[in-house]
Amino acid sequence: MNTKHIMKEYDYLKPSGLDEALQILSEKEKVKIYAGGTDLIVKLKMETVPDMDYMMDINGIEELKQVEYTDEGVRIGANRKLWDIETDQRMTSLFPALTDAVKAMAAISVRNLASIGGNFCNASPVADAVGPVMCYGGTLEIASARGVRKVPAKDFFLAPGVTVLEKDEMLTGIFIPTPKGDVGHAFTKMARTKSDIAKLSLCVALARDGGRIGHIAMSMGAVAARPLFLEEISAGLAGKEMSESLAMETGEAVSGFLQPIDDNRTTAVYRKDVTKTMVADALALAWARSGGA
Amino acid sequence: MSKHTINLTVNGKRRTLDVQSNELLIDVLRDRLYLTGTKYGCGIAECGACTVLHGDRSVMSCLVPAVAADGWEITTSEGLAKDGELTPVQESFVNLGAIQCGFCTPGMVVTSTALLRENPDPDEAYVKDYLRGNFCRCTGYVAIVQAVLDAAGKMKGAAAT
Repeated sequence: MNTKHIMKEYDYLKPSGLDEALQILSEKEKVKIYAGGTDLIVKLKMETVPDMDYMMDINGIEELKQVEYTDEGVRIGANRKLWDIETDQRMTSLFPALTDAVKAMAAISVRNLASIGGNFCNASPVADAVGPVMCYGGTLEIASARGVRKVPAKDFFLAPGVTVLEKDEMLTGIFIPTPKGDVGHAFTKMARTKSDIAKLSLCVALARDGGRIGHIAMSMGAVAARPLFLEEISAGLAGKEMSESLAMETGEAVSGFLQPIDDNRTTAVYRKDVTKTMVADALALAWARSGGA
Repeated sequence: MSKHTINLTVNGKRRTLDVQSNELLIDVLRDRLYLTGTKYGCGIAECGACTVLHGDRSVMSCLVPAVAADGWEITTSEGLAKDGELTPVQESFVNLGAIQCGFCTPGMVVTSTALLRENPDPDEAYVKDYLRGNFCRCTGYVAIVQAVLDAAGKMKGAAAT
């Protein structure tokens, strides 16, 4: 193994339109999609991409880079670069947890290359941009030569590096509905240094109903085999009166629910321990941002 | 393995090159065009030594397949100074001694150039955050951050006059 050269041999294809790309995916075997390359090229150098005869560069497909706002929400093309997302003022005002998550990723010279769709398709359990999209109730648009289907972001992941994508399919866009009401969002991340991959990440998106929690969604990264959507614990909070003790109790509940592992970034014990405080703090922050006392 | 003819504009000069599908931009710059200012550090976008400009944006050239850079306008550290005259960023790095062993310097200078094109009036926190992907293993960050702020001050002064 080296990190200087790509030892693997493959053919390079660059379709100029989406139909052509989908045709390639349906006709050829062992195609990997190149968008930003910030995961794929590293993996190729590390020789952890066994099945690849073709690299398909999707940077010639303009529609995959577009962003479109409507009253219902925003549709982000799968190959929109992270830097274009984090510097988008409208994105920041509507979905601050998403832009905070993107800003917390890697380095500027990586975010200029990396796409948001790549963060999903690489399917790392640590993927920072995923949690906010899940918590905002985002939907992924998946296309193939057979047609288009939509999958809730929370149902996209199966295992580390594995998603519901079939071999002839690709992620083309991410739709996020506009949050309604008195909303507050928080994304927090624990990492060794700022550009590091997270030891733990957490997202909270809530809508306040007076002194009570209306709707709430929480997710965590780096604590399970896939980005973890805390569906049941979140649902149990709806309608409850917000208080410091509720925030603390929720932290305990989430920590108790997790079954993280030891890995090269941190330990299971640390993850469970820090989760208590992270959840309580993020909940309080999201609540305060929603205008709650 | 497929072969491709690509066109690059590197430091203002048009280059046509034949590349293999698995060749990387950093190797084309260093080994084919002899622009060795761009450094190979880690090879996996952790260190920033290979940073070049794609238009006005900084990118890590160790991660870019050369064939995918077809049509790009690239500036390496060699292309910043014009007619032997240093840019404000380069001048501030020299004057403030923001260099120890020098290995990270091209990447630092290129990334700082992108920073100031994007935000001509950064504060210290902005500079530190922007440069967080560029490692100096001599750990000379204090002078580097000062140099970027110094360059910003000079450029603002020049723009005002």
